[in-house]
Amino acid sequence: MAKTILDEVIEAREYLLPGHTACPGCGSALALRWVLKALGKDTILVIPASCSSVYQGIYPSSAINVFIFNVAFASAAAVASGISQALEAKGYKDVNVVVWGGDGGLVDIGFATVSGAAERNENILVICYDNEAYMNTGIQRSGSTPPGAITTTTPLGKIVGFKKPAPFIWLLHGVPYVATANVAYPLDLYQKVKKASKIRGFKYIHIFSPCPPGWRFDDSKTIEVAKLAVETGYWILWEAENIGGKIRFSLSPPSKPYIDPAKRKPIEEFLKLQKRFARFTEESINKIKEFIDYQWFLVKKFLEEK
Amino acid sequence: MSEEHLLLPISKPKIGAGGKTGTWRVFRPMIDESQCTKCYQCWMYCPEGAIIVGKRGDYPKINYDYCKGCLICYEVCPVKAISKIREG
Amino acid sequence: MMPRIDVITGNDAAAWGARLSRVEVIAAYPITPQTTIVETLSKWVDTGEMKAKFITVESEHSAMAAIIGASAAGARAFTATSSHGFFYMFEMISWAVGARVPVVMAVVDRAMAPPWNIWADWNDALAARDLGWIMFFASNNQEVLDTIIQAYKIAEDKNVLLPAMVCLEGFVLSHTTMPVTIHDQEKVDEYLPPYEPPHYVVNPKIAEPLTYGNILFPWDYAKVRLAIQKSMDNAVAVIKKASQEFKEIFGTWHGDLIKEYKTDNAEYLIISMGTVAEEAEAVVDKLREKGMKIGAIKVRAFRPFPKQDIVKAIKDVSKVFVVDRDISFGYGGILAGEVKAVFHDNNIDVPVKEAILGIGGDEILPEHIEKFVLENR
Repeated sequence: MAKTILDEVIEAREYLLPGHTACPGCGSALALRWVLKALGKDTILVIPASCSSVYQGIYPSSAINVFIFNVAFASAAAVASGISQALEAKGYKDVNVVVWGGDGGLVDIGFATVSGAAERNENILVICYDNEAYMNTGIQRSGSTPPGAITTTTPLGKIVGFKKPAPFIWLLHGVPYVATANVAYPLDLYQKVKKASKIRGFKYIHIFSPCPPGWRFDDSKTIEVAKLAVETGYWILWEAENIGGKIRFSLSPPSKPYIDPAKRKPIEEFLKLQKRFARFTEESINKIKEFIDYQWFLVKKFLEEK
Repeated sequence: MSEEHLLLPISKPKIGAGGKTGTWRVFRPMIDESQCTKCYQCWMYCPEGAIIVGKRGDYPKINYDYCKGCLICYEVCPVKAISKIREG
Repeated sequence: MMPRIDVITGNDAAAWGARLSRVEVIAAYPITPQTTIVETLSKWVDTGEMKAKFITVESEHSAMAAIIGASAAGARAFTATSSHGFFYMFEMISWAVGARVPVVMAVVDRAMAPPWNIWADWNDALAARDLGWIMFFASNNQEVLDTIIQAYKIAEDKNVLLPAMVCLEGFVLSHTTMPVTIHDQEKVDEYLPPYEPPHYVVNPKIAEPLTYGNILFPWDYAKVRLAIQKSMDNAVAVIKKASQEFKEIFGTWHGDLIKEYKTDNAEYLIISMGTVAEEAEAVVDKLREKGMKIGAIKVRAFRPFPKQDIVKAIKDVSKVFVVDRDISFGYGGILAGEVKAVFHDNNIDVPVKEAILGIGGDEILPEHIEKFVLENR
């Protein structure tokens, strides 16, 4: 019988060891589990201050069975650049040098650092698990927090600011590979990570990573929330390769139907599952719809260019 | 010179780095093998890696030492083969 | 092969120090007056004269971050900065200590803004004195080149494994040409073998997975920090050995932790650092001619602070003059403060007079130092 992707992933080793201290139902931990299955043992994770800095566990133990170099908040992509260049200078090939950070460290405080590494086309894979706020420090808003969401620094809902379209920004840097992913579609995530790890140059994957305590939903609903994000068109799964200046952009199968707004589930279904949207006004619903429309506008533009 | 000057903050990978996180559980999920279709969705979505599938064709088994009782598996099982009971 | 002598600037000397040390990864961001170090290294790397990776980072914070990563992965790494670049990278300067990476940084000392000032004083580098870096202050361009090579030998010593900085005053050294002996590469290779991390390396091809720097509880943290202090203590002997070996192979000597000048029968001592120490030696010569029994101590290593060496050099001195090219606001001269503390700890009942000169690159002439000494003796 031919080996299917399911066979492959069942056989793939687990590198996220049981006994880590992430919250029950954590989207980030689930994402990391799949990222590591795809990357394998020749991997170095560069982890800036984030939830994953903490859920690794406490000295002298670590819950992750690959190299981890913990680094200062804004510095991850630069440290990874240094590691990547050093290994190359010394003749070591086929080592995955991977930044594993949250939206805080990669979309806000570390933004310039990621931008610099992208512009230089450093041979690193930057993976952002987007839980849409600074969760590790107790749920404060980030540039990735959606309009209207309640955080401890936007207690009446995020009024000031948009959601930075980070993956598109890195795509516009002209890097070899950018993709979005979602913990509800682990095989898609696995395949994108595997693909990225084989490409030389700067790669970026942005993973939708629901957070039960931060978004205020029951631990067991992580996958339901993640799926609804795609089904309402809020989160778009795509990947893009830059081949000689031409961008080969494609929607991933789970998101394909939702290019048609009529097929999208109403955004309210996604919002009402999460108490972080409890203070939603008509204005903030409109802002989220605007954000969804804006993203699809960009997607359609990239799809046009064939 | 002794090695005291080289006490470094280096940790080693270990199962149970945060202790037996199974003690966090409030609810315990239980897989009913007679209903299970081995779709492996529960195994796929466990953030702990606490559901073990040795090889394709095995029933998924929950490692209760490390299951935190998030109940994602209970939610995602398409045939409702997983039930939950409160830990006593 | 005869070593050649070139007339070069302090910045060129710093670049040569890095080149002769066969650094493998450089990451740097330009800032006046460091820029020519970066430009020279870029040229050598791009033309293939120097086999290294040059990462043109987008900020100084990233420069230090990149070389921390490079060193953790086992490469010999170098950067250079100054003043505001130094302060922008400050978080990562501290990080390098905890990461125990033996990187070397050239710091071209420059005053802090506002207002903008591109000329020399020591307030930039000295702000990092508490962090755990080994710190050298160079007095001339030969010393800049030599000290960078020695810094790698010291930093990479298995009894140390701490980062080291070599400070040179902006424009006074960085842009002033002096004759400098560019040592033979073979001799440098003999003195400084390739870097082999003895403590940890982040490379899955040659080591088992480890996690560096995750959370520790306070009792463990204190032990880890104490280890850094012990390494600093070890550095004293390592600096002496490295300086002595260098002299034996290359013939140049700049002192080890300190350099004494005519201290033997001195009743007075001038203590200072960097180029100010060389000015002080000129003052010593002049005042000795006038019959004053005066000597000078150059503090070469500011960290680890040369406590015992200074104590031994005091002997029968009745007064000490310290010249600082810096100020700790609300306190006074930083070098003077440290000297006074050493005296107190060792029951040395000798008055210390302090002068703060040359802030922001204001010119320090021997006359100024002479006046300070004569008015206060």
